[in-house]
Amino acid sequence: MGGSFQLYLIPGLPLAAFLVIAAFALRPGRDRAAPFVLIGALAGSLWLAIQALGEAAGRAPLWLALPWLSVGGLTFEVGAWVDGLSGVMLVVVALVSLLVQVYSIGYMRGEIGYGRYFAYMSLFSGSMLGLVISDNIVQTYIFWELVGICSYLLIGFWYRRPAAAAAAKKAFVVTRFGDLGFLTAVLILSFHRPAVFGFHQLAQMVEVGAISGGTVTAVALLVFSGAVGKSAQFPLHIWLPDAMEGPTPVSALIHAATMVAAGVYLVARAFFFFAAAPAALFVVALIGALTLFLGATMGAAENDIKRVLAYSTISQLGFMMLALGVGGYTAGVFHLTTHAFFKALLFLTAGSVIHAVHTNDMWHMGGLGRRMPITAATCLVGALALAGIFPLSGFWSKDEILAAVWSSRMPGHWAFFGLALGGVVLTAFYMFRLWFVAFTGEPRTEEAKAAHESPWVMTGPLVLFAAAAAAAGALKWRVPWTSGGFADVLGVHAGQETASTAVMALALVGALGGIAVAWAAYRANLVSSAAFNARVPAVRLLLRNAWYLNRAWELFATRVVIAGSAAAAWFDRHVVNGMVDGVAWMCGRASRRLRLAQTGQVQFYALVFIVGLIVGLVVVFGREESLLALLVGRP
Amino acid sequence: MSPAPPIPIQGYLVVSALLFSIGLVGVLARRNAIAVLLGVELMLNAANLNFVAFWRYGGGARMEGQVFAIVVITVAAAEAAIALAIVLNVYRRFRTVNVDQINLMKG
Repeated sequence: MGGSFQLYLIPGLPLAAFLVIAAFALRPGRDRAAPFVLIGALAGSLWLAIQALGEAAGRAPLWLALPWLSVGGLTFEVGAWVDGLSGVMLVVVALVSLLVQVYSIGYMRGEIGYGRYFAYMSLFSGSMLGLVISDNIVQTYIFWELVGICSYLLIGFWYRRPAAAAAAKKAFVVTRFGDLGFLTAVLILSFHRPAVFGFHQLAQMVEVGAISGGTVTAVALLVFSGAVGKSAQFPLHIWLPDAMEGPTPVSALIHAATMVAAGVYLVARAFFFFAAAPAALFVVALIGALTLFLGATMGAAENDIKRVLAYSTISQLGFMMLALGVGGYTAGVFHLTTHAFFKALLFLTAGSVIHAVHTNDMWHMGGLGRRMPITAATCLVGALALAGIFPLSGFWSKDEILAAVWSSRMPGHWAFFGLALGGVVLTAFYMFRLWFVAFTGEPRTEEAKAAHESPWVMTGPLVLFAAAAAAAGALKWRVPWTSGGFADVLGVHAGQETASTAVMALALVGALGGIAVAWAAYRANLVSSAAFNARVPAVRLLLRNAWYLNRAWELFATRVVIAGSAAAAWFDRHVVNGMVDGVAWMCGRASRRLRLAQTGQVQFYALVFIVGLIVGLVVVFGREESLLALLVGRP
Repeated sequence: MSPAPPIPIQGYLVVSALLFSIGLVGVLARRNAIAVLLGVELMLNAANLNFVAFWRYGGGARMEGQVFAIVVITVAAAEAAIALAIVLNVYRRFRTVNVDQINLMKG
C-alpha cells in the first residue's frame, strides 16, 4: 500500500457510513439497514488497517499528507501516518467497534432512535480512526474534539432521561478543562518558529534541540492535561462513572476500549516530548499512580455494575499512564491493547445482564450463572484477565507495567510500585465481588429468577471478545500479520521491561489474595462486609462518596467559579461597560454644546463656507510672493 | 489671431469680480430663495467672463476657455431647473420661499 490514498479510507469509510445513515436510514422503518451499513464500512476499515499494520510494523511508517489550508505562514495538512503504534491502535479500534456494532443490533433492538444510534456510532468510529491515524497535532486535536462530541451525543442518547442529559453535559464540560490545555499546547506550537505540527517533524526538532527545554516541558504538560480529561485521570475522572447513563455498548466502545484510551494514545504518540522532559514524566507517573489506586478503591464500594466497571476503567487507564510515566512505553501501549479487549468484554457482559434483569444494581441480581451460562463464563474470563491471572492477557500486560515501575530509576518509584500493587489486589477484589454477587448464590429478585440468556447476536461477540481477552497476551511474542512481538512492532528494541520472576509472583499472589477476600466475603460468607463497615464506618463513607471529589468539584463550581464569575460580571458591568457609557455620555454632552452651531439657516452655512474658503486660500497661498503681490496690487 | 483688444484684461477682471461679489452678497443676504438663485447665476457668469477674458488675452490658440464657458452655461441651466423645482416644493411644504424661515435643521 505504501502511503497510498487507501489510508484515508480507514477513517473515511465509517464517516461515509455516517453520511449514508444520516441521509437514508435515520427514520424508523428505514433504519433496519443502518447497522449493516456501518458494519460493512468497519469491516473495510479493519481489512485496510490490518494490511497497513502488516506493511508498516517494524519497517518504515506509511505516510501520506496533503496540504489543507495555508494561513499567515502556517500550513495545515491532512495526513495519515501508520507505524506500529497507530497500526495496532487502528486494528484494535476497528475490531472492537465492529464487534460492538454486531452486539448493538441485539441490544438496541426496538429502541427509539435506532438509526440515530448507529449514525452517532459511525461518526464516532470514523473520528476515532481519524484521531489514531493523524500525522499532525492539529488534525489530532480536531478529531479529538469530534470524538468528544460523539461521546456527549451518545451518553445523552436517552436524552429524555434527566440523568442522561446531565451526565452528557458533565462529561462534555469536565473534559473541556483538559482540552483547554491541549488547545494551548497546539497554540504554543503554532507560535513557535518554524511552526511545524507533524509528529515526526516535531520529534526531530525536539531531538536536535530546536525547541527549548521549557517549551518542551510546557507542551508535554499541556498535552497531558488533555489526556487527563479524555482518559478520566484524577482529578478530572468524575465524568466517567456518570457517563454510564449511556447505552451499554456505548460504554463498552467509547468509555472503556477506545475514546478514553485516546488520552493514553496521545501521550504515547507525543512521547518524544515527555522523554525530553523528566518533570512532565514524573507528573504523568504521579497522576497515573494516584488514579489507579483511587479508581480501584472507589470501584470496590460501588453497587451499580456499570459504575464498578467505569471505576475499573479509570483505574486501568491510571495503570497505563503510570507505565508511560516511568518510561515503560511498550508496557503502557500493551496494556491499552489488552484492556480494550477484556474491558469491552466486561461491559458487554454487563449489558447482557442488564438486558436480562433490567437493573444495574448487583444486589438485585444473583444466581445468574445458571440462567445465563455464556454471559457468566465470558464475564469470568474477562474478570480473570482484568485481575491479571496467569495466563490471560491482563497478566502479561499488568506484569510488564509492574516490572517497568520496579526497574525505573524515577524518584519515588517505590511508592508508585506500592500503589500499583495495591491497585492489583483491589482490582481482583472488586471484579470478583461483582462476579460472585451477580452470578452466584440465589436470585434476589423475581426478575433475576426470570432471567434468560441473550440472543446470539449478543453472545457471539461476547465469545469472540472472551477469546481475544484470553489470548491477547500472546501478542507479547507475536503480533498477527507482522513478523515480530509487540515491542518490535512499536519499534522499541531496548528490553528494559524484563519481567522478573519475583514481580510476577508478587502480582499473582496479590491478585489471588484479592479474589480470595472477595470469595470469603461475598460467596462463602466467612467474613461479613457489613461487620467491617460497622467497625470502620469512615472507609465505607469515604469510598461510597467517591472520596468526596464530586463534592469538591461541586463546591469549586458553585463557590469559586460563581464568585469569580460574579467578580468578572461586576467588572464588566461597571468598569468595561462604564467606560463605554462614559464615552457615550461625553459625546452627548459635547454634542449638546456643538448643536448650537447648527442654526438651520442655509445662508449662514454659505457664509461659513465662503469665510472658510478665504481663510483656506490665505493659509495655502498666503506665503506666495506673486499672490501677495497680486492681492496688494504691486507687480 | 485678432489684434490686441483696446481694453486691458484688468477691466474684465474688475467687472467679473464685481459681478461675483454682487452675486455672493445676493446669495448670503437676500431672503427670497429666487433671489438667492439669481445670485448664484451671477457668480457663475462672473466665472464665465473670466474664462473668456483669459482665453482672449492668453493667445486664443486653444479653445478651453470657450468650451468651459459653454459647459458652465449648460450646467447652470440644469441647476436652475432643479433649483426651481426644489423652490416650488419648498413653497408647497412651507408656504413661503423665505430661506430664513426654513430652518428645520436647527440644532
